[in-house]
Amino acid sequence: MAQSSALPAEQYNYSIVRRFTIMAMIWAVLGMSVGVYIASELAWPFLNFDIPQLTFGRLRPTHTTMVIFGFGGSALFATSYYIVQRTSQARLAFPWLAEFTFWGWTGGVALGVLTYVLGITQGREYAEFEWPLDIAITLVWVSYFVVYVETLRRRTQPHIYVANWFYLAFILAVALLHIFNNLAVPVSLTKSYSLFAGVQDAMTQWWYGHNAVGFFLTAAFLGMMYYFVPKQAGRPVYSYRLSIIHFWALIFLYMWAGGHHLHWTSLPDWVSTLAATFSVILLMPSWGGMINGIMTLSGAWDKLRSDPVMLFLITSLSFYGMSTFEGPLMSLKSVNALSHYTDWTVGHVHSGALGWVALVSFGSFYHLIPRLWDSKMYSQTLIYVHFWLATIGIVLYITSMWVAGIGQGLMLRSFDDYGNLAYTFIETVEFMHTPYVWRALGGAFFVAGVLVMVYNMAMTIARRQPAAETQLSAKPAQA
Amino acid sequence: MFDWLMWFTRMDNSKPLALVLFFGAFCGVLIYVFADKRRAQRLESYKNIPFDDDEPCRLDASPVERHPQSRKVNGQ
Repeated sequence: MAQSSALPAEQYNYSIVRRFTIMAMIWAVLGMSVGVYIASELAWPFLNFDIPQLTFGRLRPTHTTMVIFGFGGSALFATSYYIVQRTSQARLAFPWLAEFTFWGWTGGVALGVLTYVLGITQGREYAEFEWPLDIAITLVWVSYFVVYVETLRRRTQPHIYVANWFYLAFILAVALLHIFNNLAVPVSLTKSYSLFAGVQDAMTQWWYGHNAVGFFLTAAFLGMMYYFVPKQAGRPVYSYRLSIIHFWALIFLYMWAGGHHLHWTSLPDWVSTLAATFSVILLMPSWGGMINGIMTLSGAWDKLRSDPVMLFLITSLSFYGMSTFEGPLMSLKSVNALSHYTDWTVGHVHSGALGWVALVSFGSFYHLIPRLWDSKMYSQTLIYVHFWLATIGIVLYITSMWVAGIGQGLMLRSFDDYGNLAYTFIETVEFMHTPYVWRALGGAFFVAGVLVMVYNMAMTIARRQPAAETQLSAKPAQA
Repeated sequence: MFDWLMWFTRMDNSKPLALVLFFGAFCGVLIYVFADKRRAQRLESYKNIPFDDDEPCRLDASPVERHPQSRKVNGQ
């Protein structure tokens, strides 16, 4: 395993990175546990217990918000603050503002989750926050932008490393998406109505929704990949020029693809076709980036036998490749006619979210944790245990959703000889019960892996050398 | 006076124009990245940036002193 030497405590601000790392893992446990619970509710509906706060409708946005914005967002804050300092070789600018981003982001996600459980929501997927929280999040995001750009401006390294390009594109695009998708007319403190209406409202929502995937869950995590894969492999990225092409192509193409979420609706047909076309073209930069990441290991494949962290990172890239092939496939109108409104979509999202986003985050954290706490990981074996629990969980999840979704789609489209529907709706629900049980089991495997990681991380922090502890306790004062 | 702007409001005009502009820009990026050997060498040298911080840097040193590799490539 490649190891970089510990650096002087005063050189970088690790305090903020440590906080976001810990918070990311807390959100992971909470958000993914809720995910397993609502997956179980779909298999065994009695788990609603007739309590409104426990119903699927309220817990589903709670789950997505805690995993995407809580876990994913905190992981991105942590890694971006770490990477921008280390590749710029400059200390994080405005430490007090960075502190504000931590408390603002953590508080915003926590309040959002609380409001969903209470039934307060905009009803916009992945943007359920009501308007006061939207404004608060905008302030946090602008602060993040200021800290990031000023740190880059203070860099001592002449060139801005490509990982920072991806992070910066993510920060800018998310600001744009968040502001325009949340334009609304408030009627009270807890209720607002969208500024858009009808199909324009739907189009704005899915322009946001798809680019939230494109920039929040893809571009930013590619920034993570472009730093941590080379560092962990101990060798530079396969091709820097390919990373430049990857960046510009991906950034340009993603913005046009959102309309594929609205095939066969009142969306103009040409918009639908345009979105499908761009989705298919997106395969090229996506796979270019995946190949660039995987080929970084060219000539050193043996690391996959000896380094469990490398297993996380390379497997995440494999899932990235798989889900970015599946996405363009599902964006084709004919395939979408079958897949849309079925659990195939849910399976696709989770192959990206668990396979790509979560695994690359875990791999990056396993690289980070020993460096942040100036220690060695408590157990390499537990990293292997985590990897296999996560991988088995993902495979169970995806395959059960393929069965549920494709089966459901075929049943909903079946006709008898007289042109009547061959199956009633409840028959499709009965069919999906078994795959739903397997999905819940897959989720439980994945959460078990996260709990193993939390234990390993807690023991690593608890068992670090006293000398390191003294050094670390001095860091916040210098931050 | 600004009637010519109306030309852009027709989708039949603006869509192919956008295609030409964006495709041209993409070709420009490709040419910039791959056409010149010396530039290619300089760009590829940036892949080592994540490893520059493996040793503590001297905070009193100038950027060029801290990154002699960049000086060599830039000044070739």
